[in-house]
Formats: sequence, C-alpha cells, structure tokens
Amino acid sequence: MQFDSINAFFNMGGYAFYVWLSYGVSTCLLVALFFSSKANNQKIIKKIAQRQKRENKLRQAAKLQNEQNKQNKQNKQNEKNTITSSEEKS
Amino acid sequence: MNNNNSITTINQEKIKNNLSYRAAFMLILKRDITIAFRHRDDIINPLLFFVIVVTLFPLGIGPESSTLSRIAPGIIWVAALLSTLLSLDRLFKSDHDDGSLEQMLLSPHPVFILVLAKIVAHWLLTGLPLIFIAPLLAVLLHLNENSYGALMLTLLLGTPILSLIGAIGVALTVGIKKGGVLLSLLVLPLYIPVLIFATSAIDTAAMNLPFSGQLAIIAALFFGSLTLAPFAVSAALKVSTN
Amino acid sequence: MWKWLHPYAKPEITYHFTGKILPWFSYLATILLSIGIVWALLFAPADYQQGDSFRIFYLHVPAASLSMGIYVGMATAALCSLVWQLKLADASAAAMAPVGATFTLIALITGAAWGKPMWGTWWIWDARLTSELILLFLYLGVIALHNAFEDKTLAGKAAAILTLVGVINIPIIKYSVEWWNTLHQGATVSKLGKPSMTMDMFWPFVFCFLGFALLVATIICIRFRTEILARNSMRPWVRELVEKVEG
Repeated sequence: MQFDSINAFFNMGGYAFYVWLSYGVSTCLLVALFFSSKANNQKIIKKIAQRQKRENKLRQAAKLQNEQNKQNKQNKQNEKNTITSSEEKS
Repeated sequence: MNNNNSITTINQEKIKNNLSYRAAFMLILKRDITIAFRHRDDIINPLLFFVIVVTLFPLGIGPESSTLSRIAPGIIWVAALLSTLLSLDRLFKSDHDDGSLEQMLLSPHPVFILVLAKIVAHWLLTGLPLIFIAPLLAVLLHLNENSYGALMLTLLLGTPILSLIGAIGVALTVGIKKGGVLLSLLVLPLYIPVLIFATSAIDTAAMNLPFSGQLAIIAALFFGSLTLAPFAVSAALKVSTN
Repeated sequence: MWKWLHPYAKPEITYHFTGKILPWFSYLATILLSIGIVWALLFAPADYQQGDSFRIFYLHVPAASLSMGIYVGMATAALCSLVWQLKLADASAAAMAPVGATFTLIALITGAAWGKPMWGTWWIWDARLTSELILLFLYLGVIALHNAFEDKTLAGKAAAILTLVGVINIPIIKYSVEWWNTLHQGATVSKLGKPSMTMDMFWPFVFCFLGFALLVATIICIRFRTEILARNSMRPWVRELVEKVEG
C-alpha cells in the first residue's frame, strides 16, 4: 500500500484532479461504449423480431383472405346450384 | 449537356476501334478540358476562393510584415489545400450523374489510364492556375525574397499530390448525396505530410539554406501517390457506381 | 494449413463461436482489469520525478497502443475483405472502428491530463499526441463513411479502401509529424525523459494492458455479432435464433 490514509489516496500526492479526471473520463467512455454496443445488439434482434412478426401477420392475413375467397366462390357456386335446381323444380 | 454526350459517344466509338493507351489517355484529357472550358466559373471560383482566403489572414492577424512573412508559407499552403478540396467535387460528379462514368468503367481500357487522365486534367485546371497566382499572393504576405523559388517548386510538386489523393476521396463519396463535408473529413488528414514538408521547405529557403531534402521527400510522395492512387481511385469508383 | 479456418467464413458458425468465447473474454477482462487498476492506483510506487501523476501512465499507454493496434487490425480485415471478398471481414472492420475511435479519444484525454502537470499546458504539439489526434480523424472518417452509405456491403467496401489508404499513410504521417516536431523544437516545453520503469511498476502495467486488450476483444465481439445479425437478417438461422430469443 502506497498511501497512509484514504485522504492521501484521494489526494494522489497533489495530482488528484488530473489522475481522477483521466480515470473518470476513461471509465465513462468505456462504460458508455460497452453498454451502447450491448443496446445495439438488443435493438437489432428486436428489429428483426418485429419484422418477422409483421411478415407472419401478413402471411396469415393472406392465407385468411385466400380461404375466404375460396369460400365465397363456393358459396356462389352453391347459390347458383340451388337457384338452378329450384328453377328446374319449378 | 448534349455536346457532352456526343463527346462520350465519339469516345466509345474510338475505344471500340482498339485505341492505344496513350490515345485513350489523351482523349479523356481533351474531353475533360473541353468540358471544363464550357463551365469557366468552375475553374475561376476555386482560384477566387484561394485569393480571398489568403487576403483574410492579414485582416485577422494584423498588417505587421514580420508576422505575415513568418506565417506566409503556411497560409498559402493551407489555402491551396482548401481550394483544391473545393474544386475536387467536379472531378467525377457530373460524369457520375449523366452515366458516362459507368461507360468509362465498362470500356476495355484499364481504368488506371482513364482515372489518371481525369486527375491530370483536374490538376491542369486547378493546380496549375494556383501556381501562377501564388507568387502574387506571396507579395501581399511579404514572403521572404529567398523563398519564392521554393514556393513555386513545392507547389509544382505538391499540388498534383493533392489532386491524386483527393481523387480517392471523391471516388469514395461520389455516390453519396451529401458528400461534400464528408470529403473534407476523409481527405484533409491525408494532406498533412505534404503540408508539413512543403512549408518547411519554404521556411528553410527563407533562411538561405538548401531545401533539397524536403523537396526530395515531396517528390517521393508525388511518385508514390502517382503510382498507387489511381488503383485506389478505380477500386473506389467500382464501389461507388456499383 | 489454413483449412481449419474455412468453416469460420460461414456467418452462422462464427456467430455461435463468438458467442461461446465472449463470456471468457469478458470474465478475464474484468479480473485482469480489476487487479491491474487496483494495483496501479494503490500499490504501484509513485515515480520519483512525476509523483503520483505517473498513475495516468497505466491508462494512457495501453489506450494509445491499442488504438494503433485496432487500426492495424481494421486494415488487415479490410485487406481480407477486398482480396478474398469475405463478408465477415467487412463486418469485423465495421465493428472495430468505433472501439478504436474511443480508445484514441481516451489516449488523447489522458495524455492531456498527464501533460498538464508535467508540461504545464493541456496540449502541446508533441509528436505522439499530434499523430494520435490525426489517427482520431482517420477513425472518424472511416466511421462517417460507414454511416453515409445505406447499403452495408457497399459501406464496408468503401470503408475498406479508405482504411487501406489510411494505413499506407499512417507511417508517412507519423514520420512527418515527428520530423516536424524536432524541427520546431523551440516551441515545445521542456520534455521529461522516459520514466525509468522498475519491476513493481511494470507488472501492474502488464495487467492493465492485457485487461484493456481483453476488454477491446469483448466489445468488438459484441459489435461483431450485431453486424453479423444485421447483414444476415433474412437468413433462416437468424430467424430461428431471433424466435428463440424473443420467444
């Protein structure tokens, strides 16, 4: 241990401002860089997930519409059939 | 614009007929100079900028001739850097916009030759006039009488380097809409060695000492960039036109 | 001889591999850095000439040498991406640029904070500080170019060319700045000689240096993985992975 007391440690032999400035700034910059990198990583995963959800929704909607179209066609066919059959009956 | 296109088509026809390297080089050179002479203000404006920047310094610093002659080499050279930077945009921009750049890249000739011709044309239109004007500005700044030769020599060897290195930056940014500011950020740090050796050569000459050492280094930088820069430019152009 | 490297050209394999080594990097970095910093601040002896301001050395020197090392790494990646068209090399170069810029900034700030008590001014046009400043400009140029392009692959290629041009220029710039500095020696304030390093100063430095190097590796790994995901976002393996993570 180079320092006698906690005060001496914080005083840094009279160079307190410069030493703590450089250590403080470096820590801040590195922490900021680390967390921004982490956040970027999460952001890109979220973005991809969101796009996938949207795509899935679109796909489902398209499927639904397809089925509806088919049903509509069938219904129309059925109606036609019933109409023609009723006409035949009359 | 029309004339522009006709020149390009002539260009292509000739290229089809197996043009020699030298003929291709001269063709592009002539084409660029012809186009530039149709837009004369493109040549004159950077020169005016150069003159105005240099005259601003005495107004900001004061008219004492001793101070001015001390800082004259630095001012002239920094102004030369900035005015070259200003004129660089023209190097590939219009060709990129009207598509003739892609035609050139597709031509059977090595891109190296074509790029080199364009850079030489750029230097003839911006670097050379700068060299003619510089002694006049040196008079305004009370440059030491012994330094005039050094000033001319460093400009003669140094401004081609500025055009060559600058061309790399323009080639990288030509596809980007707001490339102007980005260009200065990319290119200016690369100009530092030229600035250092040129101003020091002029300073040494003012003290009546031989400055051949600095001149030799500038010449080395010139030949180095002359051989390497066109490769980088053609690679960058291929990326930019994509 | 290089066959074992070939599978790592595949983004998926590299992504999982970096995921595996990332925790090791981060644990080792934490351990080494905490030992190194505590040792440097508390136990390392003060320099007989510079006193306790010497403790800035343990930050400044690793940051400065790593900033240059990262540029060389970036240039190597740029060369690989241009010569062999490796997309992953592009991604790694893109990951390195901001990290290198941050370390250059740290080297500059700690250099200024060390210079104030030693030289009497925050900034002198010392050869090393000046070339560090120019290095920062080069980094910022590469980052700006990366951001200017919409298309990531194009951005990577353009930045690779700029990086290689820069790496040819760095020795020239460094040499010219040093030469310029000796020429204008009169302007500089009296410079202190190299501090004599004793062994009990050297060991904390080794720990700090290795710790910072591993921290760099950790952050680059994280950014590299982000770049891989961004560039391969349409691939099936990324889709599966994202679904697994997001549930």
